[in-house]
This record gives sequence, C-alpha cells and structure tokens, in this order.
Amino acid sequence: MNAFHILQKELLGISAVWWREFKVFWREKSRIVSSVVQPLMWLFLFGSGIGASLSVGDVTYRDYIYPGVLTMSVIFGSVFFGLYIIWDRKLDVLKAVLVAPVSRISIFFGKVIGGCTDVLLQVAILFAFSFLFPSVNPWGIPKALLILVVTSIALVSLGLALGSLLESLEGFQVISAFLIFPLFFLSGALFPVDEKLPSWLHGLVKLNPLSYTVDGVRGALLGINTYPFLMNLGIVTFFAAAMLVLGSILFSRMK
Amino acid sequence: MAIIETRSLVKTFGKIQAVRGIDLAIESGEIFGLLGPNGAGKTTTIGMLCTIIRPTSGQGMIAGFDVAKSPTQVRRKVGIVFQDPTLDTILTGRENLQLHARLYGIPASVRHLWIDEMLALVDLRERADDLTKTYSGGMRRRLELARGLLHRPAVLFLDEPTLGLDPQTRARTWEYIRKMAQKENTTVVLTTHYMEEAEAMCDRIGIIDAGRIIALDTPQNMIDMLGGDIVAVRAPRPPLETIRSLPYVSSLKTNNGELEITMKSAHLHLAELLSLIPQVASVEMRKPTLNDVFIKLTGRDIREDGAENNGSWVETIARYKQRGK
Repeated sequence: MNAFHILQKELLGISAVWWREFKVFWREKSRIVSSVVQPLMWLFLFGSGIGASLSVGDVTYRDYIYPGVLTMSVIFGSVFFGLYIIWDRKLDVLKAVLVAPVSRISIFFGKVIGGCTDVLLQVAILFAFSFLFPSVNPWGIPKALLILVVTSIALVSLGLALGSLLESLEGFQVISAFLIFPLFFLSGALFPVDEKLPSWLHGLVKLNPLSYTVDGVRGALLGINTYPFLMNLGIVTFFAAAMLVLGSILFSRMK
Repeated sequence: MAIIETRSLVKTFGKIQAVRGIDLAIESGEIFGLLGPNGAGKTTTIGMLCTIIRPTSGQGMIAGFDVAKSPTQVRRKVGIVFQDPTLDTILTGRENLQLHARLYGIPASVRHLWIDEMLALVDLRERADDLTKTYSGGMRRRLELARGLLHRPAVLFLDEPTLGLDPQTRARTWEYIRKMAQKENTTVVLTTHYMEEAEAMCDRIGIIDAGRIIALDTPQNMIDMLGGDIVAVRAPRPPLETIRSLPYVSSLKTNNGELEITMKSAHLHLAELLSLIPQVASVEMRKPTLNDVFIKLTGRDIREDGAENNGSWVETIARYKQRGK
C-alpha cells in the first residue's frame, strides 16, 4: 500500500467519525433546541434585565453581550462535546472504533471536526437571530465565524484531552466549576475589559485566550475592540494549535 | 502456512505474568477454542493478537504481519467481537455497519451490497433501520457478529461470544458463527467457559492455565486421551484384579464404595464387564468431557474460580495492575 492509499483510508476514517457525530447530533433534536434556547435566554432575559439600567457606550447591554454569548455557546458546546467521550468510553461505544485500522490521530481529528460542526450549527442558528440586535453589523458575521471556528477547534481539543484523562463522570463537575466557568467569566463576555476593572481581574482576563475571541467577535460585529482583529485571530490560532497537539497526544495514549 | 503463529508470547502487568510464553500455530479456516478458567490469560492472549494489548516479549504473527510492528495491517485482517456489547446504540443497525465499513475502508461501490449481505446472514434485515437500543440481547450479538465479519477478515476473534445469552439464543448464535465461518472460510478463534460448546464447535482446542497452553488437540483426541468412557459401578465385592486385566479397561479407581472404571467403547463392552461383577447395585455411564480433561491436567475444576470478573480487557488489566502492586 502506498502513501496515497494510506492517506485515503485515514481520510475515510476521519469522515466516518465525523459522519457518526453528525448523525448523533441530528438525532438528538432536544439537545440542539436547548443549546440554542439557553443563549437566547441569556440575551433576552439576562441582557434585557441588566440592560434596563445599564448600557455600554452607545450600545445597549443586550447588544453588547451578543458577541460574548456567541462565544459562551462555543465554549460550553465545544468543551462538553469533548468531555462526552468519558460517557462513550463508559458505554464502550468507542471500543469498536479504537480497534479499527485507523490511526488514533485520525479518530481524534474526526471527533474535532464533528464537534466543531455541531457547535457551528448552533452558532449559525444564533446568527439567524442577529437582526433582533440593532447594533450588530451583519457584514461582520464571516469574520466572527472564522474566529469562533478556530476557538471551537481549540476547545473541542481541550475537552477531548480532558476526557481522555478522566475515568469517570465525577471529574465532569470539577472541570465545569474550575475550568469552564472561569474561562467564560474571565473572557470579558459579559463586561467591558478596560481600566475600570480591578487590576487582578484585568490581569486574569488578559491571560485567558478566550478574551481574544470575545474581542475579535465584538470588533467584527459591533466595531468595539481593544486589539486588531489579526492579532486576536493569531492568539486564538496559536491556542488552537497547542490544544490540537495536546489533545492528539493524550487521546493517542488513552486506554 | 499458518494464519496465526505465536512464538513465546509473553505479557506482564507489573509483577504479574498474565501470559507466560504461548506458542501456537492456527491454520486457515480452523475454528480454534481457547479454553481455561478466569484469569488464565485467554483475554490477554486475544488482546495481544488483535493489537489491543502490546506484548511484553515474543512474537505474534497474523496473516504474515507482526502484531507489534504492523498493527494497522493486522487490524485490517482481523474482526473482533467483544465480550461486552460495543454497539452504538444511538445509531441503527445499518448505520453501525456503515460506520464500520467506512472505518475499515470498504470501497463505497460495494459497501451497500456487503452490508445487505451481512444483515441477511444474521436475519436482521427487517430491523436494520431501527435504533440498536431497541434490540434484544441476541439481536445485538448477531449484529456484532455481522459487524466483525463485514470487512471480510481472515481471522475473527470472539471473546466469550455467548456469555449472558439464554440457551436458545446461544445455540442460534453458534449456528450463525458456523455459517459465517464456512461462507468466507474465516479462521475463528474464540474463548469460552462453556465446555460443551467448545467441544461441539471447535476443530481444535488449546487449554490455557496460568498463562500457558497446557494441552493442544482436537476435542475428541483430548477426551480419548482420558482412555475412554467412564463407568461407575456400585457392588459389594467387585473382582478388581479381573477387571483391571481386561484389555479395554484403561484405569480403575474406587471412591467411597464406588468403582470408577475408565474404559474404551463402553457401549460394546459394558455387558461383558457387568457379567463379571456379582451383585451390581447400580451402574452409571457417562462420556467424559473437556472438564474431565482439565481436571486430569490441573487437578482443578475449570469453573472453580468462579466469575469474579467478566473478562473485559480494561478490567483484566486493572486487576493485574492491582495484584502487581
């Protein structure tokens, strides 16, 4: 078998895993619905509520957090998708896949692409609601989508990396409390990142790679940003590359 | 040439030697049974042959490929049916096979045809488009068999294929295994606790105990090795010397007043034997089983160890690691 054939089989393997993830996603309609309804509640219930007595510059608070809530959907959707392999392993669903003549790396990439597809479909639905947010510039959607895709790659990989390490679902709560929520709160998704912040909080936000996603998306959709778009994209891409490497190593070593 | 060959295959987990040097040669088309108590090393051996567990030393070859050096090629050549169900229950039966077909690189042009063929073979055509979580235990097992054979492997490994199934489903599952093995001339390597099944199904059997193969032969030869049928007679004063001197009697032993005679072709000689023993109170004749072979070889009953684990790889490895500490 030559290199071309090997590559072809690996690609077929990647697409097989992707196909499976998509089937599962499509079949669990309730999950799609809840994954869209939750961000909408953040926007309309939380955003409108706080927004009644607060606005950021000349943008209503509800519009202001729209980029942040998109990022939130990506964070939660991606990490949980990755962590879901703990459950797959418990049910032995992965076992038959892992003994197939496809490299672990390909299975990992199939999962990453599958997870990104799920998350992006959710984000696409949220973009469909963008007309309800008057400050959002629809021409910025492609740029926002680009940086969200890269973020999703990073976070699905992170979820898979953690899922490979954890043996039981108990670790799930810990990760949720000590990793996902801090990543979300410290990304500036819900508040402006400026000199008004206490310095310790400002420092933590700057260390969080997801702050650059929020800044990038906010810049693209609302024209409010601290850093240039390419710098944001560069940082998030670097984060994604690191997570891909980490995830593929841990996934390959998984028992 | 043998399709499976191992040379002093060894696996150690920590300080525990799970497999202590196995030499095997299994011919193409054979149905080969690995028989032994829990913890004997059956699952570990199969795990090494299908590249799930890395051998500590020694060599295993499948269809000319080394299990340690060319795992991907070996994986293409083997099908595996695990002891615990591993179906994707959120997919339908057909989708499970489609996933498998893609993972094994079956060309799109024949994918549908092969899947339909396999579904027909295991009588699951009508239920093919139902989610597998609605399947019964027997149906799931059948779908797993179909999946294991879908990519037309040279060797099919079955780890306790009938464990946990009711007797009727068990019998049918064996029918399917036999049918499929014949159809594709697939070599089948299986492990089982059920000795009657091993006896009826397998061309050859390797008895494995404490990580070593202690006997390797056809089931019939193994049983013949015991020296024939077992006849148990109760009588007050049996003429022991006369019986021992009979040409067809291979051995004789007494326990609590019962005389246990191992003899060749008991159905031909029983009448003559009984005519030599006065005042026979009771006679019992039975065919020896592989369990008798196992007892003869090890002095223990194969089922003695009980079912302390269900033999899954993860559990097996975890157990060895525990003990190794």
